[in-house]
Amino acid sequence: MEHATQILIALNKITAAYNGKVVLENVNLTVRSNDFIGIIGPNGGGKTTLVKVILGLLKPLRGKVHYKGDPDPGKISIGYLPQIHKIDYKFPITVWDTVLSGLISDKRLVGNFPKENQNKAANLMAELGIGTLSNKPVGELSGGQLQRVFLCRAIISNPDILILDEPNTYVDNKFEGELYETLRKLNDRMAILIVSHDVGMISAYVKTIACVNRELHYHESNIISQEQLLAYNCPIQLITHGDVPHTVLHKHEH
Amino acid sequence: MLELLQYSFFQNAILAAIFTGVTCGIAGTYIVSKRIVFISGGITHTSFGGIGIGYFLGINPLIGAAVFSLLSALGIEYMSKKSEIREDSAIAIMWSFGMAIGIIFIYLTPGYAPNLMSYLFGSILTVSQTEIILIAVLSFIISMFFIIFYKPILYITFDPEFAKTRNLPVDTFNYLLISIIALTIVLSIKVSGIILIISLLTLPQTTAGIFVKNFKSILLISVIIAVTGTIGGLFFAYAMDIPSGAAIIFLLVLLYLAGRGIKLLKL
Repeated sequence: MEHATQILIALNKITAAYNGKVVLENVNLTVRSNDFIGIIGPNGGGKTTLVKVILGLLKPLRGKVHYKGDPDPGKISIGYLPQIHKIDYKFPITVWDTVLSGLISDKRLVGNFPKENQNKAANLMAELGIGTLSNKPVGELSGGQLQRVFLCRAIISNPDILILDEPNTYVDNKFEGELYETLRKLNDRMAILIVSHDVGMISAYVKTIACVNRELHYHESNIISQEQLLAYNCPIQLITHGDVPHTVLHKHEH
Repeated sequence: MLELLQYSFFQNAILAAIFTGVTCGIAGTYIVSKRIVFISGGITHTSFGGIGIGYFLGINPLIGAAVFSLLSALGIEYMSKKSEIREDSAIAIMWSFGMAIGIIFIYLTPGYAPNLMSYLFGSILTVSQTEIILIAVLSFIISMFFIIFYKPILYITFDPEFAKTRNLPVDTFNYLLISIIALTIVLSIKVSGIILIISLLTLPQTTAGIFVKNFKSILLISVIIAVTGTIGGLFFAYAMDIPSGAAIIFLLVLLYLAGRGIKLLKL
């Protein structure tokens, strides 16, 4: 029996522009509390814009976003893992401060974090294998370590939903499996929405797939057919997981 | 040299050196970490327009400078959210336009502009009582602001988008911080001069950054280095009879090179 699920985020007929150009049109999407959605689409197809709209960072031109039925994004707690190039990793900040920053909120702007928060951070970092890095500046970390630090920051507040924007920009393909295993476990506690241009890796782990290229097509399964790829002008790299992983390249003429 | 300390003009200069070191150490850490050195340069030079108008109107030029630097700071912050404008070009235009206005009004002012050089290159020995009180108040405000709001300042500066997802008042903080920087710049003009302020806002931080890599340590060490530089520069300027701004920057560069040397020998 499934637990009762709740609608966390509802996008209703969203049209959004980025740099004065409309990149999303008439997009509808409903995210429920146990979802594990992979969002795929070509570069420039509006994936990141969609994430910004969901996070409340970008006001859509038209349409409404509701968080548990309310237009205020503060109604739900969102954990966010940005793309690696969004991060100034030469910034003078330690791993410890970075992870704890996931706990700050408008209600607690000043003062030290209470002891229980600090314990929580220490436990979570140990769990994700970065317990020994506390005092390191983020600039001295490898891509994989950086990814885990920002994952810690994103989930330390026990958010209702975890949103990952191209997490595969941090590491090589071979390390990605680890992340997806972690996410699978996290999905017991929170909804997950992951944006990626790597179709194959995603479809092996996510429950459902949404395909965004100006419009959004939502498949209530994690299987993408050749026809769907063609119809929606989706990414061209497709990795299947058989005994020997192989890549099927499919050419578009758009 | 000790008898110097009995003169009130020299006591004033020492106070000005300490307070300016504190404000520049703190504001500079924010500027360097956030990579807004060029923006700060723009605000500094734009303020020269206000100095020119101050001369022309016969009011304290620093009041004109404050108006110009605050307006340019808030303008840049507002503009940075409008992605269609190329920010660096716009800053360059403002930078030179401010200088042009300053020069025009100084030439239009009848008679000789007596302290012009002190605004361009700094003249710590001519800092007035009122200016010291203003710098003292500012250094108190900026210190308290950074102590009380250390966490949100650090997190918003490091990753503003993430801070927004945590519902922090990112825009409010950015406007407040850029205003504090504008005021820091104005009140440092007499000490280091328009042309040289930017080094007082970057050299201590870069030197601190050789040894430490976290925001809090850079803040503290920058303040120490900046105060060392301003006080040392004051004596140096007095002894050699040169503009204080140049003396301070010269010392700060020496400290930076010494830091590099120490780091090299340790490795």
